[in-house]
Amino acid sequence: MRTYETAEEALESPEYNEALTELLFQLADDDFLLAYRGSEWLGLAPHIEEDVAFSSINQDMMGHATLYYKRLEELGEGKADDLSHLRSPEKFRNAVLLELPNGTGNYLEKPNYDWAFAVVRNYFYTLAKKIKLESLKTSSYVPLQHTARKVLMEVNYHLMHWETWFNQLIQSTEEAHKRMKNAIDQVWEEFMGVLSTGDKGDVMARSGIIEDEETIKKRWISKVESVFTQSGLHLKEKPQMKSGNGRNGEHTPTLESALDTLSEVYRKAPAQGW
Amino acid sequence: MRADVLFEDMTEEEKYEHFMDRIDAGEKIEADDWMPEDYRESLIRLIAMHGISEIMGALPEKEWVPKAPTLHRKLAIMAKVQDEMGHGQLLLRVAEDLMAPLGKNRENIMQDLFSGRLKFHNVFHMKAPTWGDAGIIAWLVDGAAIISQTMMLTTSYGPYGRALKRICAEEVFHAQHGESIILAMAEGNEEQRQMLQDSLNRWWTALLMFFGPKSKENTGSSHQDKNIRYKLRTKTNEELRQEFLTKYVPRIWALGLTIPDETLHFDEEEKLWKYRDPDWNEFKQIVTGNGPQSKERLELRRDSYENTRWVREALSSQKKAAI
Ligand SMILES: [Fe+2]
Ligand SMILES: [Fe+2]
Repeated sequence: MRTYETAEEALESPEYNEALTELLFQLADDDFLLAYRGSEWLGLAPHIEEDVAFSSINQDMMGHATLYYKRLEELGEGKADDLSHLRSPEKFRNAVLLELPNGTGNYLEKPNYDWAFAVVRNYFYTLAKKIKLESLKTSSYVPLQHTARKVLMEVNYHLMHWETWFNQLIQSTEEAHKRMKNAIDQVWEEFMGVLSTGDKGDVMARSGIIEDEETIKKRWISKVESVFTQSGLHLKEKPQMKSGNGRNGEHTPTLESALDTLSEVYRKAPAQGW
Repeated sequence: MRADVLFEDMTEEEKYEHFMDRIDAGEKIEADDWMPEDYRESLIRLIAMHGISEIMGALPEKEWVPKAPTLHRKLAIMAKVQDEMGHGQLLLRVAEDLMAPLGKNRENIMQDLFSGRLKFHNVFHMKAPTWGDAGIIAWLVDGAAIISQTMMLTTSYGPYGRALKRICAEEVFHAQHGESIILAMAEGNEEQRQMLQDSLNRWWTALLMFFGPKSKENTGSSHQDKNIRYKLRTKTNEELRQEFLTKYVPRIWALGLTIPDETLHFDEEEKLWKYRDPDWNEFKQIVTGNGPQSKERLELRRDSYENTRWVREALSSQKKAAI
């Protein structure tokens, strides 16, 4: 299969570039939104040690999003800050699951956040993220290989973190177990959106940017299956995508309000230095 | 101290004398060393207040973490607030070691915070309504903290001094991050400059208050003298405030900003900054939980603490099961 060493080479092939750009937006927007949801937890985590650790993970994720936005910048899509702060919601390619709020209330006022949801969402997402990154290590787009290797180093640590939380809470008090099961159900309703590579997925697979959706899905499901077995849980039918496919620009209204917050200051004067 | 007498056999007065000799000789006291109860109490008060201020101090800046204007600023402010939580963690552990012989732990610290017995710095009771405030906090509040924490580096209590050494190293980056925000806004458009000026106006009095009253006449109670006697600190509140003014007033003026105090000037004869004294009654109101944003911040902390109680219970039941 043909490899592309630089952005210039990728740009010479419009079909390739289109699929590549699409995937980069998926990767960037996923990390950007989940890092944002994580940052809303700042100061509110179950204990101070976790506040520090969670915050470090969110920074890493925001850093990963930045790396992907920079790759898009190299491909002529626009400035990384504009891409992250000025696009309208339907242009975002993140999975719906990652834009959903942490619970009821607002991060400034009466946040009634659900730690079980945070643990399950982050754990399952990080599992999928690692599987995708492993696949990207042999991507036909060489710059993306480099990014994937860099990101993977940190993701291994994130995975350990969330795995520990997941196991601790699922095997603990009755209340914790019940809350975790609820959170799993909630995450399950949307998780297919994380595994989807969207309408351009076929082109991505055909041109070797990332493996095909079915392969990624199988790996993830078999991994989650073994996690469930260890914890005495049962895998139900496949995960779903109840609120639409974010990869194709379908989102809930919560994305719009998230983006309003994220870009509130930048929007005042995008041309200025901040 | 007579060399032939075992420490355990000494009377309380002799132990106290021995302890003060060590203080006067500039020795560092360690967690397991004998110490007078009021030294322990002073330390707990000082360090728990410092630790909890770091944690409460994360809240006003946290408001601006998602809203930070660019990816670069988002990453920088996330790192900064994480550091502050880390400082809180480090200091609470030092306080916890001191509290252990009294049968107290972190839960007591949190409950003292919620009940208002444990106070936190006046600056973290203030509202931070714009991005300019995020800049002013990192530049000037952290700048003020650097001045008081650097003074504390030589503190007689070893574990506190070592924690402060690590904290001070990180604080330098915070102030740089703040200065960078301030410079970008000062060089920006009219709206950005106005936002910055408004923030400075909002924060100026709180910054002067940060160092505490000049003397105990202003507060009714001051632990300053005792803390100096125990070499927990080496300078007075006013000396620190003067240092702050010397360092920052020229820089603020150089940016073309106006300090909201027309009486502010350097008196060449006295070699002192003259400024309009803050209203110390207001200060007292603020630190006792009646500041502009005190209730909201405490509520946020308390609600989230209650909200995640099930998690801590789950973790401690696991620990018990493991034994
Ligand atoms: Fe700090
Ligand atoms: Fe700081």
